[in-house]
Amino acid sequence: MNEPLLRELVPVVIGVLVRRGADFASAEDAVQEALIRALATWPDEMPRDPKGWLVAVGWRKFLDSARAEASRRGRELAVQTEPPAGPAPAADDTLRLFFLCAHPTLPQASAVALTLRAVGGLTTRQIAAAYLVPEATMAQRISRAKRRLAGLPLDRPGDLATVLRVLYLVFNEGYGGDVDLAAEAIRLARQLVALTDEPEVAGLLALMLLHHARRASRTGAGGRLVPLGEQDRSRWDTGMIREGVAVLQTALARDRLGEYQAQAAIAALHADARTAAETDWVQIVEWYDELLLLTGSPVVRLNRAVAVGEADGPRAGLAALADLDPALPRHTAVTAYLHERAGDLEQAAALYAEAARAATTMPERVHLTREAARVRQLLRP
Amino acid sequence: MKYLLLKHYRGGPTPAADWPPMDQWTPEEVDAHVQFMRDFAARLEETGEFVDTQALAPEGAFVRYDGDGRPPVTDGPFAETKDLIAGWYIIDVESWERAVELAGELSAAPGPGGEPIREWLEVRPFLGGAPATAE
Repeated sequence: MNEPLLRELVPVVIGVLVRRGADFASAEDAVQEALIRALATWPDEMPRDPKGWLVAVGWRKFLDSARAEASRRGRELAVQTEPPAGPAPAADDTLRLFFLCAHPTLPQASAVALTLRAVGGLTTRQIAAAYLVPEATMAQRISRAKRRLAGLPLDRPGDLATVLRVLYLVFNEGYGGDVDLAAEAIRLARQLVALTDEPEVAGLLALMLLHHARRASRTGAGGRLVPLGEQDRSRWDTGMIREGVAVLQTALARDRLGEYQAQAAIAALHADARTAAETDWVQIVEWYDELLLLTGSPVVRLNRAVAVGEADGPRAGLAALADLDPALPRHTAVTAYLHERAGDLEQAAALYAEAARAATTMPERVHLTREAARVRQLLRP
Repeated sequence: MKYLLLKHYRGGPTPAADWPPMDQWTPEEVDAHVQFMRDFAARLEETGEFVDTQALAPEGAFVRYDGDGRPPVTDGPFAETKDLIAGWYIIDVESWERAVELAGELSAAPGPGGEPIREWLEVRPFLGGAPATAE
């Protein structure tokens, strides 16, 4: 069975049902049911016209539930039961769904879930498994989100920044259950690039590709984190890096810089270095300066301090940290690293241990504990 | 039968051995310990006894209701002397004996010099739901 095709058809079919008169919430439910049926039956018998099959099954599911609802309320069914034929501007439908599912009024977790279901064509069960919550909880999260969207027109231009943030969140979730969320985010970003004309969308796609290309080298034996400087660069996916760089260059040529393009540029400079020592830190600092102008984010300033530490020496890096809030996530870890580079091993070990205690993920905690252990070993006679 | 194997940051009976904190082990000792934990979970999955494992950050607070229209009262951070849960395994096993056996294995996780750390683990049976045949 062709599951990618099936999943690509989901938003298209939702669009068809909406144009035939179904409301978004019911259309989305109906297509989800059709999707589950397709996953069960297509492996045995693939329909000759998959889209036609999904439209027919989805529409029937929609009519069934609309009739049930109408009779419950003692009303006539308001939609035409005989669907009008007509042209199908599928691309616009999918773009509208992107905007609707990542509507700024939705909580982020709901926008993520709804996007994965209605645009990504995942089942509620897959999304629930990916985010480690019970299926009923995820189903409820999605229907509450749809209730919140009720009455919103489907044809308004949406907020692209929110859509990009949702895709970025999905990407960062990585693997979850049997779904590769990072790959799914890349698939959706590719779709969005084809549907829009915004260099930032391409910037996000480039950023994802450049990070994804390094995935195999990011974890070592026993699942431990391998920092960029120690990664086996021969395991980087050079094809994916080439694609990421090409996408980024096309975007940058439009001369409308944004934060995703700037982040992708930094990732591209890392990808470009054959060894960690060859990294062009001076250019990376320049890109962090751009990124800082665009965002003013303290997290960017923290990462910039690491780059400054590499470009101009650890003391300069520590100076760049000076007026940042020490409560910032990873601040202690960065300070530890810069102290180690500066040769203050005692201080570095103590800071790594402190950073490990404050770590918010298990792999990070293990990594920082190990860093503390490594530096303490250097201190032993 | 489901059991909770609770791991504590502190509290519980007097430790059987007084190990330095993990950041003072060698990197290889840290790796060996982490690998043991991963293998333990993998083995439980293989035997069909694994349900869940989670780790908790050491910070947090006690919280209680303080009357209508008033914000809840919080009591935290946790006092240094108080018992503090670090995380858990939930296992689904045949018997109490099997739960104890597994807790014993987990407590043998290697520490400095590859020595078993002999950490105390708290083993607690879950209260089940009412069986359909109980009426």
